[in-house]
Amino acid sequence: MKALLWQGVNELSVDEVPDPTMRNEQDAIIRVRKTATCGSDLHLLGGYIPFMERGDVLGHEFLGEVVEVGPQVRKHKVGDRVVVCSFVSCGRCWYCQQQQYSLCDNGNTNPAITENIWGFAPGGCYGYSHALGGFAGSHAEYIRVPYADQGAFTVPDEVSDERALFASDAAPTGWMGADLGGVKAGDVVAVWGAGGVGQMAARAAVLLGAERVIIIDRFANRLQMAEKYLGVETLNYQTQDVGGELLERSGGRGPDVCIEAVGMESHSTGPQYLYDQVKQQLRLESDRPIAAREAIYHCRKGGSVFLLGVFANLVDKFPLGALMNKGLTLRGAQQHGHRYIPMLLDRMARGELVTEHLATHTMPLDEAPQGYNMFKNKIDGCVRAVFEPAR
Amino acid sequence: MRALVKAGFIVVGGLALRRFLLPSGRQGPWQRAPLMRREPRWHVLTVNPARDELTPDSPLPEPLAGLGDAVDVQIRRAPADRGIELAVRLRDGAQSPVTAGARRLAGRDPNQAIRAALREAKQLLETGEVLHPDSPPTTQTTAVNKPLQMATRQGRREGRL
Ligand SMILES: NC(=O)c1ccc[n+]([C@@H]2O[C@H](COP(=O)([O-])OP(=O)(O)OC[C@H]3O[C@@H](n4cnc5c(N)ncnc54)[C@H](O)[C@@H]3O)[C@@H](O)[C@H]2O)c1
Ligand SMILES: [Zn+2]
Ligand SMILES: [Zn+2]
Repeated sequence: MKALLWQGVNELSVDEVPDPTMRNEQDAIIRVRKTATCGSDLHLLGGYIPFMERGDVLGHEFLGEVVEVGPQVRKHKVGDRVVVCSFVSCGRCWYCQQQQYSLCDNGNTNPAITENIWGFAPGGCYGYSHALGGFAGSHAEYIRVPYADQGAFTVPDEVSDERALFASDAAPTGWMGADLGGVKAGDVVAVWGAGGVGQMAARAAVLLGAERVIIIDRFANRLQMAEKYLGVETLNYQTQDVGGELLERSGGRGPDVCIEAVGMESHSTGPQYLYDQVKQQLRLESDRPIAAREAIYHCRKGGSVFLLGVFANLVDKFPLGALMNKGLTLRGAQQHGHRYIPMLLDRMARGELVTEHLATHTMPLDEAPQGYNMFKNKIDGCVRAVFEPAR
Repeated sequence: MRALVKAGFIVVGGLALRRFLLPSGRQGPWQRAPLMRREPRWHVLTVNPARDELTPDSPLPEPLAGLGDAVDVQIRRAPADRGIELAVRLRDGAQSPVTAGARRLAGRDPNQAIRAALREAKQLLETGEVLHPDSPPTTQTTAVNKPLQMATRQGRREGRL
């Protein structure tokens, strides 16, 4: 079959690879209909997560049709239209039973790498390096889905492929940030990053009853999108004074919940950008935490900061003083999609959650390397490139 | 910049692998305090068995039973709702560090077998199956990814467990 392969740092190709095979009785094989780029892939592409091998298939946000099920699969049959959570989770370990699905004890077939780096191993993720299980990704004609009853969700007829696709990764990630960040009625919520993840977090905050939701980025097209489709306020950090605006818009208190949806390749206009870039390239820090620093600084006393952006290892100049003295709560997680996807599909069916505007560029899988170039460099207003392997 | 990124990739990969292949201690990778290692140590994990499949009086679950007389095993209830703790220790006593290191690189360290058996027993008890990696692989072996391939072949046999 055809697949998009990681060939080395910033090198991609579309090539033939062997078809996936059933490896476990709880597996399903899915024919991929749509598969999207995600900001997380950029960290792999740029070589910031050094556990990729030449020939690894990228992609983890996808929707498709079941073409084969193992004898232990009960919920799905051949022909089902399913959206699949980007994380591989067993659904039965203690973490899964606590609904902390991305922390699954059993979903990663290579637990040793992350145990040594982080202390304990989270679950697996499709197309996300050998540190997270080495599972082949979804930018391919077919993909193997382990624990299919847990991770694949039948899409209701009323929800289009275009909308349901983002129930795989961007929407549950955003929802988790607002939910576990503790957003409640009356809150002022600030979201750093207006990519697919930040936009979904902002929309979740609105639906969870926040009084005001403010999304921060520098790309005018992304901010306009957020105003139009999510009904939230915006701030352009290149042209507006973020600190002053957040104070004015929150009665001088500061945002109650700050959600960081930028991650380890954060950008900035200030001198800290150069500082972090140099340190990162020299491997003196692995991640640039610029938006995370800002979220902590601007958060109100006693407020909550949630990190949705992916960080790999070490950061520098981390404002522990602000965190401690302001009594903040800091949390982060890879997404616990299994917990939210059925509810998100319901909201999609009711029209409360729209996502299709994120798919700014749809193309055949053959054009995926160009699609990543557009997505990475934000060319032509690209927010998510979506590939259709059958086209 | 691209060359720098590539060089960094290789250096960091190498460091991570070196760390990976070094004996696993209980401190994090950035701490330097001397290890006070007790050998042989208990390898312990907690299982959340389906129904009452495992109790402190159960016979040993399959992959652990396969370790036979070479190990001591303890099964005990974890506090509150946390399941059952499985603890396994090599019975022979301490190994000399030199041969232990060599056996480990060759994938013949009994502690590796203990880790794999524990993880597989846990998966069988919780999900009824041992999760296999994708196959056939789509990757190629290159000079850069050879060490990573070696490390992932030991994926369930290494780590802090
Ligand atoms: N936790 C999870 O499970 C999970 C899931 C998916 C993605 N992610 C992570 O979420 C992050 C965002 O993903 P995405 O797909 O939306 O990526 P994206 O690249 O489309 O969007 C990131 C946005 O952040 C903006 N940005 C950069 N620096 C900023 C700054 N200092 N302040 C404000 N905005 C800034 C960029 O302009 C861009 O619009 C990534 O780190 C990704 O890895 C996490
Ligand atoms: Zn993602
Ligand atoms: Zn689990």
